[in-house]
Amino acid sequence: MQRIWAIIERDLRKFQHSPFLMFASLILPLTQLVILGYAFGGNVKNLKVGVVDQDHGMAAVKLREMIGAVEANASTFQTVDYSDLNRAVIDLRNAKLSAVVNIPPHFTRDVLAQANPQVGLIVDNTDNFVASTLEGAFGNLVSDYYKNGVDARMQPRLALQTVEVYGYTPYIKFLLPGAIALAIFITAMIGGGIIFIDDKARGLHEGYLVTPITKIELILGFNLAGAFKGVLAGLVLTVFGSLIAGIQNPLDPLRLAKMIILIVPTSVAFISMMFLMMVRISDPLVPRAIFGVLNTLLYFPSGAIYPVNAFPAWMRVITTIDPFTYAVHGFSTLLLKNTGFGAIAGDIVFLSVFSVIMMASAAALFQRTL
Amino acid sequence: MNDIEVEKITKRFGEFTAVDEVSFTVAHGELFGLLGPNGAGKSTLIRMLTTLTAPTSGAARVLGHDVVRAANEVRRSIGVIPQAMTSDVELSAEENMVIFARLYGVPKDRRKRVIRDLLGAVQLADWADKPVRTFSGGMRRRLEIARGLVHEPKIFFLDEPTTGLDPVSRVAVWEMLERLKRERDLTILITTHYLEEADKLCNRVAIVDHGKLVALDSPMTLKASIPGNNVLEVSFSSVPEGWIETLRQLPDVQSVSATDHVFRIASNNGPITTVNLFEAARRNSISVSSLSVQSTTLDDVFVHYTGRQLRDRAQENPRYDVSFMYNRQ
Repeated sequence: MQRIWAIIERDLRKFQHSPFLMFASLILPLTQLVILGYAFGGNVKNLKVGVVDQDHGMAAVKLREMIGAVEANASTFQTVDYSDLNRAVIDLRNAKLSAVVNIPPHFTRDVLAQANPQVGLIVDNTDNFVASTLEGAFGNLVSDYYKNGVDARMQPRLALQTVEVYGYTPYIKFLLPGAIALAIFITAMIGGGIIFIDDKARGLHEGYLVTPITKIELILGFNLAGAFKGVLAGLVLTVFGSLIAGIQNPLDPLRLAKMIILIVPTSVAFISMMFLMMVRISDPLVPRAIFGVLNTLLYFPSGAIYPVNAFPAWMRVITTIDPFTYAVHGFSTLLLKNTGFGAIAGDIVFLSVFSVIMMASAAALFQRTL
Repeated sequence: MNDIEVEKITKRFGEFTAVDEVSFTVAHGELFGLLGPNGAGKSTLIRMLTTLTAPTSGAARVLGHDVVRAANEVRRSIGVIPQAMTSDVELSAEENMVIFARLYGVPKDRRKRVIRDLLGAVQLADWADKPVRTFSGGMRRRLEIARGLVHEPKIFFLDEPTTGLDPVSRVAVWEMLERLKRERDLTILITTHYLEEADKLCNRVAIVDHGKLVALDSPMTLKASIPGNNVLEVSFSSVPEGWIETLRQLPDVQSVSATDHVFRIASNNGPITTVNLFEAARRNSISVSSLSVQSTTLDDVFVHYTGRQLRDRAQENPRYDVSFMYNRQ
């Protein structure tokens, strides 16, 4: 045991003398949290929409007034009048407009005759976000076209009532669990990957291999030291990230305690995975080269930035075996829903079993001699 | 029983034989040197003795423990200073010592005293709490020597302990090693490619070349074993036909070789050979361009046994040259 603690102590003393390492581990996740959170979390506004009124009748005027009301209030779009549909489409193709609303000739006649009147919405679908937003806005507008005044209390037709169980969750909050997992992963990558291989390449490991330390003690020492640093990174990002993302009661001791109970197996899982990957590597360029690839391969399929249900089948295979997935799910459950352990028990079990498999494999591959 | 016993130890890497059936023993209290150029197999040999790598065949015992079957017993009883600097630059001198004291199981109640004494012995007591990154190469090496002795081993292995150090630091390390050996009754095995180091420090020297042990004895005996205890290096304004044979005929000359117009003459009597040399040159109407006379060195011994000079071998690159990444190195 003493030798394991010696390895842990060595790593932590080095870490204590180089606090920049912790800072470096946190920069990317915090930056991503803020930039992505605010870049993706807002509502699209001030889109240029061309309006071509080929009718000019009463129904067209009413429609144009409704469009104007949405423009004035929600500011989702700004209308630009066109007299020629072809001109408007040309401008759409040239990216001067995001969409074109075409009120066809005889629109008023069709409305009055209830003869399936239609309004055209021509969208630039190279930008799915914008196209979806405009389709939604104009879809709602068209649905409300026939409303007169306030709705009756008792509706004759089927209506959907949406109830949000939790408060409004902006995208930055949705990102927070992934940012915490990412901070732990980067700490594992730097400490368990890059620094481990750098020490190996400089011959530092020889100094330890000539001592009576056993293979298992070395592996446990390296992994536990790395896991401790990961726990620190996870905690720091939990607190600061919660403050940035606007989580209520970010310093709630009970929630922090639950987070630590999940951060620990997450940290062990990541460091043991990194250790297994690096156990036979000697070239210091390898961990640097694969850092970006690993980050992409593990972080994005985990559901950290987009729901996993939207992924194709082959990506869901990665999702299923990716420890990030379970970490993100667990953190999300604790932070955004403030649940008990029942909801994250499966995540803890997976991360723990994953860690055992990784460490056992690393132990089998680790070479006690040069 | 000898402290170190090596029997026909061999190490192969694929088709390449790094160490080829080397056998020797090291007695208790001896300072034993493995001398050879880079790539001779010295480091591979010491790595086998210190359990860092397993031999392909043959056997070695350290304090009676087999290096393969009783590797942990070997590790407990030896101190090792690898060729690379292995101290952690982010930690202080004392922290480096504490970590290793714990790795070797030095009891807590003795740890502080042992560390203090060792840092004093290597003249680093005033630097105990300073980070190692502020140390010079010589200081760092002294720290690693102290670290290697923290568990009070009986045998001390040092792989090229003064490589990369300036001459002053090198001498300081030599003096420290000699003192530590005396004070602590150590058996020491060093590898080196520095002739002066082997000559000055070692009780016995084993000359290693291309993985083979080509000679083994005390430095004095090795030097006396080759013909001619003086070596003259001389160049001439011109070289007449048959000149090398003429030089060989001079009295007291044991052997003559020529490399790049420099004649190397091994003689039993340097001054007499010098006079005769000038006389022969005068008779042949040629003049001596340069002349140096020196006593036989281990380099001469190396030339005698291997056919080339030790000091002329080029430095081989390590497998991964990462020095460009580390300004501190």
